[in-house]
Amino acid sequence: MFKWFENIGRYTLLMQKVFSRPEKMRIYRERIMYEMEALGLNSIGLTAIISVFIGAAVTLQMAITLESPFIPQYLIGYATREVMILEFSSTVVALILAGKVGSNIASEIGTMRITEQIDALEIMGVNSASYLILPKIVATVFFFPFLAIFSMLIGITGGYSIAAITGIMKTSDYIDGLQYCFYLSEIWYALVKMVFFAFIVTSISSYCGYYAKGNSLEVGKSSTQAVVISSIAIMICNLVLTQLLRT
Amino acid sequence: MIKAQNIIKSFEGRTVLNDISVEFGTGKTNLIIGRSGSGKTVLLKSLVGLHEVDSGEIYYDDVCFSTLDFKHRKAIRKDVGMIFQGGALLDASTVAENVKLPLDLFTDQSEEEKLERVNDCLKRVNLDNAHNLYPSELSGGMIKRAAIARAIVMNPRYLFCDEPNSGLDPQTSIVIDNLISDITKEYNITTIINTHDMNSVMEIGEKIVFIYEGNKWWEGSKDDILQADNKELNDFVFASAMAKRAKQSIK
Ligand SMILES: Nc1ncnc2c1ncn2[C@@H]1O[C@H](COP(=O)(O)OP(=O)(O)OP(=O)(O)O)[C@@H](O)[C@H]1O
Ligand SMILES: [Mg+2]
Repeated sequence: MFKWFENIGRYTLLMQKVFSRPEKMRIYRERIMYEMEALGLNSIGLTAIISVFIGAAVTLQMAITLESPFIPQYLIGYATREVMILEFSSTVVALILAGKVGSNIASEIGTMRITEQIDALEIMGVNSASYLILPKIVATVFFFPFLAIFSMLIGITGGYSIAAITGIMKTSDYIDGLQYCFYLSEIWYALVKMVFFAFIVTSISSYCGYYAKGNSLEVGKSSTQAVVISSIAIMICNLVLTQLLRT
Repeated sequence: MIKAQNIIKSFEGRTVLNDISVEFGTGKTNLIIGRSGSGKTVLLKSLVGLHEVDSGEIYYDDVCFSTLDFKHRKAIRKDVGMIFQGGALLDASTVAENVKLPLDLFTDQSEEEKLERVNDCLKRVNLDNAHNLYPSELSGGMIKRAAIARAIVMNPRYLFCDEPNSGLDPQTSIVIDNLISDITKEYNITTIINTHDMNSVMEIGEKIVFIYEGNKWWEGSKDDILQADNKELNDFVFASAMAKRAKQSIK
């Protein structure tokens, strides 16, 4: 229990260091662009593959479950849309990114720690926390919401494709369902969640890496820890935000 | 000049540095020697502030470094170069980018000026044609030399080297030692080198401090070291069979 408080304290201190005044704006801009590519662009493929299959699977499940003459078919499209926008594109995609991006960040920074690269930066007079972590946070907080939008679009397309391919329902019904009771605020809600999740994944993973010590075994552990802790934090944050934003 | 006064450092109740006081002169190659695990790296890192000492003071010329906060230390850090035991080059950057980083962050030089400075430094360490290689593509000796180039790019007044030639063959070791020694003389730097290599000691050791289990056991010059009658020091200096035979034959 004490350990938890200690970790939260250290995490807060680290974030203070991360958000202190940057050394030179130009360098930071370059690093942010680099991280956007490394952490954001490179995650597009994974997001696309998972979204298209989940979109298709949800549509298929709904079509099978709701197979009844009393339930209008367009509800299948409606349900797919709600699932994709409200939970999948933000929460589940964030969990998947916690696995990919989180472990990547923790092992990268952890390796820099144990090979003294972070010490080398400190010796130069660089605020290593800010130099290494801030660009990652800015890049993911900015880019992850785009991944969420992308995931919504691809998922819904996946549902449409499966309907068209299997003929389990009429595609025109699916499209009708997509437009049924649509509020733009739902998308905003998903994007706001994603901004929080991006911050959670990046900052927690950076923290785990930054305080790694010892050898490569420890780096492995810290990257596992990063994924576990950020996943739990995402789930808790998801509940809190849903309560705050949706009611 | 760098001076440590009564520094004590412990980790989780285990004392690693026990009341060490020592002074390192300007324009000299100062050596810290001792067995593996004796506390050399901890001493060096305490001197540069990577470890906070439990008690005692550290002076850089007449500034008391150990009581400064991060902001004021940063001013001194511009004058500090350090070569780490494993090189510690940034993996994601090329050799030239590694060397250029301090210039990018702390100077307002134009791109041409910076590149020229990088070229000069890389030439100084004989790495002319490694500009665009990544650290993973370098040999151990090249990594050490690139690390030296990065350490001197800002014209430091203080240079710290943690085992600059560990893991290198004797010839390359001597090249690196001489390089550091030459740079020290050329720019009148206060250089402190950790080593357990007796060749380095005899080549470039102007002032030698022997650390034994966290204590300063002996200090002197390379001329004194062979005559010293300190048991632990002799065990360290004449560890190898060859050295023992050499000592016998001198006697
Ligand atoms: N961060 C740390 N936490 C706890 N103990 C440490 C830490 N760093 C070093 N030590 C301990 O301090 C002692 C001295 O270690 P140090 O790295 O200074 O040895 P060294 O003289 O540099 O050895 P080598 O020649 O092998 O590099 C060792 O017993 C080590 O276990
Ligand atoms: Mg050491």
